[in-house]
Amino acid sequence: MEKGTNITVFIRRFDPEKDPAPRQQQYTLHVERGMTVLDGLHMIKQTQDPSVGFRFSCRMGVCGSCGMMINGVPGLSCNTQILDVATTALTLAPLPNFNLIRDLVPDLVPMFGVIKGLQPYIQRNDVEEMENPTMEYFQTPHQLEEYLQFSYCIKCGSCMAACPTMATDKEYLGPAPLTQAYRYNTDSRDDAGDARRDLVAASHGIFNCHYAGECSNVCPKGVDPARAIQLMKKDLVLRYFGLGKHKCAHLCKKPDRSTYKPKIEAAPFTIGQ
Amino acid sequence: MRETAYWTWFIIAAIVILIFAGLHMVVMHLSMLGVFNPEGGAVTNWGNVAFRSQNQFLAFTYIILLGAALYHGLYGLRTIVFELGPKKSFQDTFTVLLWIVGLVLFAIGTYAAIAAKSLELAL
Repeated sequence: MEKGTNITVFIRRFDPEKDPAPRQQQYTLHVERGMTVLDGLHMIKQTQDPSVGFRFSCRMGVCGSCGMMINGVPGLSCNTQILDVATTALTLAPLPNFNLIRDLVPDLVPMFGVIKGLQPYIQRNDVEEMENPTMEYFQTPHQLEEYLQFSYCIKCGSCMAACPTMATDKEYLGPAPLTQAYRYNTDSRDDAGDARRDLVAASHGIFNCHYAGECSNVCPKGVDPARAIQLMKKDLVLRYFGLGKHKCAHLCKKPDRSTYKPKIEAAPFTIGQ
Repeated sequence: MRETAYWTWFIIAAIVILIFAGLHMVVMHLSMLGVFNPEGGAVTNWGNVAFRSQNQFLAFTYIILLGAALYHGLYGLRTIVFELGPKKSFQDTFTVLLWIVGLVLFAIGTYAAIAAKSLELAL
């Protein structure tokens, strides 16, 4: 007896340069246990319709390329098994709140632009050390914990697609960029928090979040953008009242090389050796 | 910083509304407490109404509640309008307009709360 089952796959098709309006195309797909949505799309493309447009890269939930609406919920097609979400019918559509390139391919570039604008990288006041590092900065496990989960974001856009504020406010920064701003603001090695806080607290910024919490529900990496946004709001309000958290100077200070004794000697080719 | 200040006071106004609207509900619906309804019976009895109108504490709470409710509501309206994506110049003008409308309504409401003391003459 043949294993698996046949399901109907509905794919939303639309090429803005050719089609007057989006349409839904139907395919029949033989599905077996373990088959992901991305596998199914490859199967359809290879055996039924080579014109179906979708994007992928790593196939293992790391690159964030293959985000799409799977039965109405944003997610990664590469780490969603078809039989986990569908028994008879599977509906695939592009992520909303993004411009469409073609079929299941959203244009993520504007989101990357917003993230880039929020300066998602470590910036130090000691520019010379930042440009030509001589050694690593100390960071306690507790300081790492404060931002660690937010650094797992793969910028797939699932949170942006699920956000109801993004749907109504086209200028809203969005959960992914705001989470990245919080991730770097919380990093004990960073000194650019004030600049980022000014950017996120502007009009259409962090205070436009209505806390629907859908961003956290759909994140395929378990990141909690809603928490990052609320914590950043709290930080901004405390600072407004002059109660902001200040870094512990002795933990962020560059260690004195003369007294620095690493447990493991650096390799000879390490920068600064 | 300006948006942080607006939002912070929006949340503070919500807390104030919760407390003072709660007090209003207690006064108006728990007449058996008797503190603000000395005549007894329905809270809308003339004697009770006249007593409350000359009570300075209640007048103060209503003025605070008015200010908080106006600020909270108008900030909410501003957020809704801004989500429609108007131009920056419109946003600035609209914010100023809301401040003017809010202050005028607050002045009228405050006058009404204070003028209600004149009911004292009817006693």
